[in-house]
Amino acid sequence: MRAPFSWIRPEPWGIHVVPADAWIDPGRPVGRALVTHGHADHARGGHGQTVATPETLAIMKLRYATDSGATPVAYGETIALPGGVRATYVPAGHVLGSAQILLEHAGERVVVTGDYKRRADPTCPPFQVTPCDVFVTEATFGLPLFTHPPIGDEMAKLLGRLAAEPDRCVLVGAYALGKAQRVIAELRAAGHRAPIYLHGAMEKMCRLYEAFGVDLGELRLVSDATGDAMRGHIVICPPSALGDRWSRRLPDPVPAMASGWMRVRQRARQRNVELPLVISDHADWNELTGTIEEVNPTETWITHGREEALLRWCQLHQRRARALALVGYEDEDD
Amino acid sequence: MEELAALIDALVYTRGRNEKLRLIAEYLRRTPDPDRGWALAALTGGLDFPAVKSGTIRSMVMERIDPVLWTLSRDFVGDTAETASLLWPAPPTAPDPPGVTEAVDALAAMTRSSVQAELPALLDRLDPSGRYALLKLATGAMRVGVSARLAKTAFAQAFGVSLEDVEEYWHSISPPYLELFAWAAEEAPPPDTANMPTFRPFMLAHPFDDAVVDLADYVAEWKWDGIRVQMVHAGGETRVYSRSGDDISATFPELVPALGVPAVLDGELLVRGNHQGGEAGGAASFNALQQRLGRKTVSKPMLRDYPAFVRLYDILTLDGEDLRALPWSERRARLEALVGRLPASHFDLSAVVEAADFARLAEIRAGARDDAIEGLMLKRRDSPYLAGRRAGLWYKWKRDPLLVDCVLMYAQRGSGKRSSFYSDYTFGCWDGDPDHGAELLPVGKAYSGFTDEELRKIDHHVRSHTVNRFGPVRETDRSLVFEIAFDSVHPSKRHKSGLAMRFPRIHRIRWDKPAHEADRIAALKALIRD
Repeated sequence: MRAPFSWIRPEPWGIHVVPADAWIDPGRPVGRALVTHGHADHARGGHGQTVATPETLAIMKLRYATDSGATPVAYGETIALPGGVRATYVPAGHVLGSAQILLEHAGERVVVTGDYKRRADPTCPPFQVTPCDVFVTEATFGLPLFTHPPIGDEMAKLLGRLAAEPDRCVLVGAYALGKAQRVIAELRAAGHRAPIYLHGAMEKMCRLYEAFGVDLGELRLVSDATGDAMRGHIVICPPSALGDRWSRRLPDPVPAMASGWMRVRQRARQRNVELPLVISDHADWNELTGTIEEVNPTETWITHGREEALLRWCQLHQRRARALALVGYEDEDD
Repeated sequence: MEELAALIDALVYTRGRNEKLRLIAEYLRRTPDPDRGWALAALTGGLDFPAVKSGTIRSMVMERIDPVLWTLSRDFVGDTAETASLLWPAPPTAPDPPGVTEAVDALAAMTRSSVQAELPALLDRLDPSGRYALLKLATGAMRVGVSARLAKTAFAQAFGVSLEDVEEYWHSISPPYLELFAWAAEEAPPPDTANMPTFRPFMLAHPFDDAVVDLADYVAEWKWDGIRVQMVHAGGETRVYSRSGDDISATFPELVPALGVPAVLDGELLVRGNHQGGEAGGAASFNALQQRLGRKTVSKPMLRDYPAFVRLYDILTLDGEDLRALPWSERRARLEALVGRLPASHFDLSAVVEAADFARLAEIRAGARDDAIEGLMLKRRDSPYLAGRRAGLWYKWKRDPLLVDCVLMYAQRGSGKRSSFYSDYTFGCWDGDPDHGAELLPVGKAYSGFTDEELRKIDHHVRSHTVNRFGPVRETDRSLVFEIAFDSVHPSKRHKSGLAMRFPRIHRIRWDKPAHEADRIAALKALIRD
């Protein structure tokens, strides 16, 4: 008899589904890739075939200007892969189009979460708990000190600062895919109707979100605006542009950043952030551990992030677990 | 406690000095006594709770959280108090934060045996920001980028009083400074400092820019290269204060018993050597003095190898009499008469530099062989001793700086308004002939001496000549020459070049000069006078 789960093998550059010769989120071009979501560390270009949700495929097309080999799978849909492997794409709640992938083979069920969160997000459907034998979980915020506050608190902080400094603008550094649109959608949900100004690098992704039915309200480009017009307004840019020359055109910006890392003061100080907003598209510590309990797998495999602490937690709770040494997944800006 | 926690958080994230001043001043105005006094004490490092140490916090948390998870978290955050504030398993009840005064009283009452039960009870009542503030308050290291002087400046701003007065009263009172707030906020009489060893604000000098003064009105003295100190003896106690008003008596314990006369003296603290002011009985270079600075305890070899003394400039009070309103010439006479009563081992007099006229004085300054002397002081003979910098009374006439041509090697982004500019520069000199394979070795760093317009041009140069990036630092190709001005250069083990400059700043940007014509390490070494 085969050893359990021997058909699925973690390798340094991705997870290999051996009978189907398919790779999950591979770090280099392969013949068949199963992609969980559109972030650059998971979705790279150049594969022969790319199996992903239609949203993720659209994001990849925007990034890599090609969709050759694209194979769309809707949420809840199952496709048959070679070698008797069935793959089902389940919402992960991380960003638009993000999916967990359920793999079934020889009576065994493996769920690869990709990146995920448990909080409500107006830009994508929520994470679905899927029973399985092996649960391959991310661990980006896998330390007990990471507990994300309710997003309403962070929105109140942002809008409060904006109102307190009407002669300045608040410049929010946010990931161009996912975080930026979620912050905008949450601002709209909090009743903020004013135009929001965008760094040029964000425009196309926001338009793509709108094309998939996410309402972002009135968006304007910084490049079309005068400095004075942006006083008292929110401007959104990629984190790398926060202290960049680009920001010199803005009216005395309050540098803010929307990221789970903002929980730690020195992290915020290192980035010269004056208004830290603890907003993350990843599960926090309690959600990571709570999800493992809810899914209740036979084995938990832990990938990118702070594997050590989550592994320790599994040991303390008598859960079988192992850390996978996958390379290239790091989320410094989330 | 919530208001103080909010202030501490705001200070952590605020870069600008003025904004920090505004935040602290606002807090001090709207917060009642004695809470605001305890907060001011926390910001000025005036609180000490011996029962609470970093190790106490660690063991307290490890009783509640798996030690491995604690260690992993602590390593990630890099700060014990912050890690504990984030990891503390709060009870499900709503926070019921103690007031600042309640918290301070509780911390002060804790003993080594009671702290393990009493501190957790306080933490249980706070949210994460409150826990952070409490633990920082308890352990003393605030890490909010606010010096004691900045906090005092904020106090002065909050109530529209002068910083000099605040400093004068500061050392006569203790937390929560009720008399100080009563005086500043409610116009009560100031605290009585008559028989206390308190600090008096220094009189400072303006830079002298190439004017001419009449030596009938002004007297000249050497500007010694040590640290300016004030020695105070009152009520049987002696203290040594630094220029910022910090009590540094513990760093220079040999000076404390040396002054037994009730007086306040102004002078330059130096260590014995043969550089400044003669072969015997002279002073060593600033580099030697640096061995003694910033130490909380001093070893016997330190005291033997680098004995400190004070070269006296002025006298502020004597035997209870305030002399500050007298003209300089009368104070000088009193000082000269006093020096004989002080031990020569620890005090001497800063001599007046005699010159027939101003032209002759300029010659003396230009020809001063003693490289460690910083320059000349010019003081009006009739000047009273006034706090701070007053126009027309005292001038510092620094020696012309030394100049050397260096090549830009690395640039780092600034902070605040400069955060989008590469404004901090590391530069080097050649370790041999650059046309025959010599390399540049870093010799110093500078971030001043240029205009905003020049900053924009250098920033552009850095961006278009980058060869390597290390986080916020860019390495540039070796193409831009800075003419660097500096006060002196010393041997240093810390730098690969073996050299350390004092006060390097950019004097001119030599866009015209080819990098291979910049100076060599050997030329810089020849300027060492240690």
